[in-house]
Amino acid sequence: MIRVPKSRVGHLLGAVCAAGLALAAGAAHAESVLRVAMSAADIPDWTGAPDQGYEGYRFVGFSLYDSLTEWDLTSSTKAADIRPGLAESWAVDPADHKTWIFKLRKGVKFHDGCDWNADSAVWNFGRVMVDTSPQYNVRHHAMQSWLITNVASVDKIDDYTIAMHTKIEDSLLPYEVAGYFQVSQCAVTKANNDYTAFGKQPAGTGPYKFDKVVPHERLELVKNADYWDKSRIPKQDRLVLLPMPEASTRAAALLSGQVDFIEAPSPDTLPRLKAAGMTVLTVPYPHNWDYQLRVDRPPFNDIRVRQAANYAINRDELVDMLQGVATAGYGKFIETQPWYGHPIKYTYNLEKAKALLKEAGCVPCKFTVGISTSGSGQMQPLPMNELIKEQLDAAGFEVTLAPMDWNSLIDVFIGGSHKYPQYDAINVSLSSIEPGQGTMKGTMTRFQPPNGWNWGYFTDPVVDKLGEEALSSFDPATRDALIAKLHETAIADAQEIFIAHDLNPRALSPKVKGFVQAQSWFQDLTPITVEP
Amino acid sequence: MWLYAARRLLMTIPIGLGVTIICFALIYLAPGDPVQSLLPPDATAKDIAELKHAYGLDKPIPIQYVIWLGHALTGNLGRSIQTNQPVLDEVTRALANTIPIAVISVVLAFVLALGLGILAATRVGGVLDRVSTAIAVIGISVPQFWLGVILVIVFAVELGWLPATGMGSAGSDHFSWFRWSESKYAIMPIIALTMTPLGILMRTTRSSIAEMLALDFIQTLRAKGLGSTAIVVHAIRNALPQIMAMLGLQLGYLIGGSILVETVFTWPGTGFLLNKAILTRDIPLLQGTILVLAMAFVLINLFVDLLQTSVDPRIKRT
Repeated sequence: MIRVPKSRVGHLLGAVCAAGLALAAGAAHAESVLRVAMSAADIPDWTGAPDQGYEGYRFVGFSLYDSLTEWDLTSSTKAADIRPGLAESWAVDPADHKTWIFKLRKGVKFHDGCDWNADSAVWNFGRVMVDTSPQYNVRHHAMQSWLITNVASVDKIDDYTIAMHTKIEDSLLPYEVAGYFQVSQCAVTKANNDYTAFGKQPAGTGPYKFDKVVPHERLELVKNADYWDKSRIPKQDRLVLLPMPEASTRAAALLSGQVDFIEAPSPDTLPRLKAAGMTVLTVPYPHNWDYQLRVDRPPFNDIRVRQAANYAINRDELVDMLQGVATAGYGKFIETQPWYGHPIKYTYNLEKAKALLKEAGCVPCKFTVGISTSGSGQMQPLPMNELIKEQLDAAGFEVTLAPMDWNSLIDVFIGGSHKYPQYDAINVSLSSIEPGQGTMKGTMTRFQPPNGWNWGYFTDPVVDKLGEEALSSFDPATRDALIAKLHETAIADAQEIFIAHDLNPRALSPKVKGFVQAQSWFQDLTPITVEP
Repeated sequence: MWLYAARRLLMTIPIGLGVTIICFALIYLAPGDPVQSLLPPDATAKDIAELKHAYGLDKPIPIQYVIWLGHALTGNLGRSIQTNQPVLDEVTRALANTIPIAVISVVLAFVLALGLGILAATRVGGVLDRVSTAIAVIGISVPQFWLGVILVIVFAVELGWLPATGMGSAGSDHFSWFRWSESKYAIMPIIALTMTPLGILMRTTRSSIAEMLALDFIQTLRAKGLGSTAIVVHAIRNALPQIMAMLGLQLGYLIGGSILVETVFTWPGTGFLLNKAILTRDIPLLQGTILVLAMAFVLINLFVDLLQTSVDPRIKRT
């Protein structure tokens, strides 16, 4: 038997205790890191004018910055709606319906310590809209002005109250400004209004602060422990954002433990990800994968042809092909949105489609649709369009698919169908997070190109009347009812071919807890914890 | 020698000019608006026009070309639309990441190809020849991106031996070739990049040495009683200019970056940069990167040509 002197036992115990304490202290201070693989081709702009589509807003914009109103991303069961952000409340001026009064939140500081107040709000309007302001930046204008395009001017009423004057009555302005980011006047002024210099030390008011960037490779943000919304102080210490445009690379990075959270895994990798214990999440969100139709000339100037096309789509077959990462689309909105209403449903009915085409005298009914080979929100455009063509052809159509790259299709979309007469339809999927984007800009006559998104020159006096009334209705319930009616009318008109809504698949490592996938294009990463 | 070098150097000027013209033409032949990827889908025509004006993209293409060329001659390749950083900095940074893996891949391919090529050429029709030829055919035929994906599945996902993507755990800024925890990120990209040059160089080595071994002077050497090893050395020396020419081409290709391999592995080199520039339609970055890579390709080949003349003076006389 080996005898150990008591003094040595004491030393040994002491050493073990010390080591244990050291380990415990280490664990207490171990930084928790959430690593996200984005599908973006590059790191989205982090100076307050996000690019790379809504992914730039989702991961960079809403992490570093806040807007007057913000999206409530706390629920997976209902579509996200807006809630107070940097403005605590807002109301239209009863005496002048072209003026909105926003009461700003007090006690909010930018990451550089400067105060958020009415001066900051007025200054930010100059940054985006007033080209004579020293802080005006053409890129910020290009990326953010679409959110406040209807705002003519912004006035300071007092230190924490501003008035936004709109060009036309606009009941939807509170929705439109969600995503119009507020950056620190002090930080931009300190950078001599040079936004490249500002990018080295950007300052917003968001739940994360900028830490460092490796160009094209990674953006690292750290938690803002002083964030004004205590319920949204990030539960991880560091957020690392990695652009990985290749879907198989993202899946491999998750499976090999290099990242914790990936965007848009391709459907064929889902079984493998699930088998490896990854959490695969899907949720309906306001996304519309459709064919927009040119309705001022044959064949789609005939409602029977438009209805026939809608009846010819076997949406369940499409969902099966996509392994369940989409749902059948029967309208522009999804059913959990307040503007969906009770529209008619063009459920698959091949015989009815054939009969309608025959009645319209359009057999074979030839048309050309512009499609993209890839693109933001376009899902898997090539196989999906091949299937849709097959289904439409079976009903008596003769569809010609005209593929092009995403930028070219966007050109066709913005230019309008008159500028590109070779197309009878285009497949550009859009967000429908709010009524303006969702229906009004795509259906009302006033939004025909070059003034909006009504690509196919659709016009219906009923839709126009409902839209104008909705824009001038400042009671939310009345406004929403009018918009729902507008949505029902546009669907009854078969204004487009309604096909599918994406389910926005994401895959998470089993170490990731607490994520609530909102019914939105945007997501809140702050509640996420990452287990060691 | 110097006269030859000067003549070859002068020839790079029209080649460089030709490259710049083709770059411009190709980029503008593609449909779509160059600033569109910067803008949301519902940007107005006024926004587009304003942004194009800001980047000088509203001028006629020949004017844009002349302005760009004038700046390029002074080393100013403009600024990236996406990052607002100088294009030259972006390309230099990417080159610094690509050159090491390209050089290692080509050296690896050269050493293996030389060994396999000599074995095959000296045993034409034999088992070793067939095996070596099979390796070469696989190297040439297997798509690099496919190989990259397979490597990732096997070594990163299934075995967990190597990281799947990226250049180091904290990005290329912190990468070190002298730390295993970092340098292991380069192993799979190097393997994926090595296969094609290995196949091409092996076939070139085999065919050129086998050709040499069938020539009269080799018969003469044999008749004079020279040993087989010495004869092979003679054959290699004579075949070397051809192998070196191919080596130069392969190095040029790899420094240009394999878009697919670098994208699969998210390796932030020139191929990765080009891919980003294409996807985001970053025209100044695209133009500057293509120009620098094309000139690098031309210069590498010039260097190889000069090296060839030192190995085989007959080339200089032609």
